[in-house]
Amino acid sequence: MAATDVDVFSNEEKRNLSLGGHVGFDSLPDQLVSKSVTQGFCFNILCVGETGIGKSTLMNTLFNTMFENEEASHYQNGVYLRPRTYDLLESNVHLKLTIVDTVGFGDQINKEDSYKPIVDYIDTQFENYLQEELKIKRSLFNYHDTRIHICLYFIAPTGHSLKSLDLVTMKKLDSKVNIIPIIAKADTISKSELHKFKIKIMSELVSNGVQIYQFPTDDEAVSEINSSMNAHLPFAVVGSVEEVKVGNKTVRARQYPWGVVQVENESHCDFVKLREMLIRVNMEDLREQTHARHYELYRRCKLEEMGFKDTDPDSQPFSLQETYEAKRKEFLGDLQRKEEEMRQMFVNKVKETEAELKEKERELHDKFEQLKRMHQEEKRKVEEKRRDLEEEMNAFNRKKVAAETLSLSQPLKKDKDKKN
Amino acid sequence: MTSNIRYKSRIPVKTEDSMEEKQYVGFATLPNQVHRKSVKKGFDFTLMVAGESGMGKSTLVNSLFLTDLYKDRKLLNAEERINQTVEIIKHTVDIEEKGVKLKLTIVDTPGFGDAVNNNECWKPITDYIDQQFEQYFRDESGLNRKNIQDNRVHCCLYFIPPFGHGLRPVDVEFMKALHEKVNIIPLIAKADCLTPNEIKKLKDRIREEIDKFGIKVYQFPECDSDEDEEFKQLDKELKECTPFAVIGSNTVVEARGQRVRGRLYPWGIVEVENQSHCDFVKLRNMLIRSHMHDLKDVTCDVHYENYRAQCIQEMTSKLAQDNRMESPIPILPLSTPDVETEKLIKMKDEELKRMQEMLNKMQQQMHDKEQ
Repeated sequence: MAATDVDVFSNEEKRNLSLGGHVGFDSLPDQLVSKSVTQGFCFNILCVGETGIGKSTLMNTLFNTMFENEEASHYQNGVYLRPRTYDLLESNVHLKLTIVDTVGFGDQINKEDSYKPIVDYIDTQFENYLQEELKIKRSLFNYHDTRIHICLYFIAPTGHSLKSLDLVTMKKLDSKVNIIPIIAKADTISKSELHKFKIKIMSELVSNGVQIYQFPTDDEAVSEINSSMNAHLPFAVVGSVEEVKVGNKTVRARQYPWGVVQVENESHCDFVKLREMLIRVNMEDLREQTHARHYELYRRCKLEEMGFKDTDPDSQPFSLQETYEAKRKEFLGDLQRKEEEMRQMFVNKVKETEAELKEKERELHDKFEQLKRMHQEEKRKVEEKRRDLEEEMNAFNRKKVAAETLSLSQPLKKDKDKKN
Repeated sequence: MTSNIRYKSRIPVKTEDSMEEKQYVGFATLPNQVHRKSVKKGFDFTLMVAGESGMGKSTLVNSLFLTDLYKDRKLLNAEERINQTVEIIKHTVDIEEKGVKLKLTIVDTPGFGDAVNNNECWKPITDYIDQQFEQYFRDESGLNRKNIQDNRVHCCLYFIPPFGHGLRPVDVEFMKALHEKVNIIPLIAKADCLTPNEIKKLKDRIREEIDKFGIKVYQFPECDSDEDEEFKQLDKELKECTPFAVIGSNTVVEARGQRVRGRLYPWGIVEVENQSHCDFVKLRNMLIRSHMHDLKDVTCDVHYENYRAQCIQEMTSKLAQDNRMESPIPILPLSTPDVETEKLIKMKDEELKRMQEMLNKMQQQMHDKEQ
């Protein structure tokens, strides 16, 4: 709970009373436990690491089952996240486990945007939970919580230091999720190199201000083991689902020509420590931290963005309702204004087009008149020409007739001459 | 040292046969003379190593040449590497063995693939290789050719990380940018994180992807047919083993009563020179004991010649366009035969055209006359 919560009982004096006999409320934890067991638990793991670094194998080894997984290719265009949900059962306890894989991480040539899909996914899960919380009719107890409780960051065993991509990604993720860095494929580093490597990694993380998950040391029952484990971070793990016969036992191991690396042997790798910390001791604490710290941070940022404040300018506590109402009115006012604006615009546009159309009409009309006039002109001219032509024809005809009569009288004369 | 030397002594044994003695000329001693002269002259070899940080490049080079080339090296932190550019660093050492001197140059490429944005991170490397070619080209075409320094890169060892499922895009792009400039030998680095089955799968995968993307890695030359069976067998094994899965070590450990180079783990000791542990021995034999000279030959005959031909073509095409430009390298005035024949062809073309036109005209005239 945030420290700014007002303590309701601070005004009253608390008195410690002793009990006369056994009342029975010491069974409260048991009731809580049996309720949670019937409800079932939910746990979400995000595995971030390069393709082929051993994420799927480690998950298989941790939970001692074979989650189906095809090998990813190196040629994805970008990073995308692949969540898979499984239902596991162990001695009556149901666990709804979601494993989210980052496919294509670290493969591209330009990795500047590789962290974005991961951050977006985490934010989306927080957003979904926030929406559910803000609903009027909500059912939080039934809600399938998909918020990421733990991010296992797989570091490649180069033996020198973190890669630049690792540093950039972890810085972006440390305020949103619990990060546990682990050194993958640790059977390629010898003991002395491992020691130096771990120190280098932790110092780089510290000097760059990356906050990784610290196992809690405030609970007495587990503080000792947790603080000793904190010193072993990052865990150097080896994963394997193959079984090899060692001595007279069959253990999960990797067989090399020079020896056998046993997964559960503490002197070979830190797998047992990781399993202990992650599953057997601190799983519940991880869930709590996610809800109490990371989710609350997200929620606060989101609501502040939307304009909600805890106290108004007069330092009086605002209630969510009032703020909500105010926001709603503001929003409706905005809407109305926008509607008006749009209507105005529409009207203006209509006027404009009308004016244009009228212009055009007038122009057409003018043209029509002009053409008509031209047409008349032409007609007149043609008429004139016709008349002229007719006159000419008449004149010509007359001349022809005159000529003919002349010619007729002439041959008579000739005949007359001949006769004579 | 013994089984891998192909050079067999060819000094002819004096036979009792007097007929042969009379016909013996003596040039069969040429190989000996070559041997003697080359020992006197000494050899040089330039090796480039490329790959991401932390792949074990320096350790492998130290193991190969049994020296410590990288004393007091400063490694960068992760935040310094976010925007790192690729540098080229040369280390030159003179080593001698049984009278044979070798001037070894190792070209290192720190920063390759380390930044967050690795676009064109291979450009400084290709530029460097081209620069060496250019320098050799100028020296070769110069007037005084007595002391040419050959700095051309003879071989590039590319380290592929064993943590993935095959080649990554940056590996493919790098090899494609370089395969026509230098002999590339891909290696699987840090092979002690893979079981024998996994090694086999990864090698098959990588070979497949190299074919698929058309990358031309260095190919071993075919055996001569007169070599003995044992050699041919070795050669075949070598070819099937690529890419080599190597492990390097800077430390000497005690294993099976001997002191060997190796890595000490709680579960066992990895011996670098044990053939069943890794392919280091094969790589060393191939690189140093049998194919060093072949690598140099391929660089001179193939990669350098390609570069040279390209260079000259570019220059002559530029000259043709811009006659005023003076070429920095003296080229014979009337250029190469190619350009001459081109001119001839052009002339002939024009002649043909003219004749064609005349023919057409005459035909037309005849046609008109007929009509």
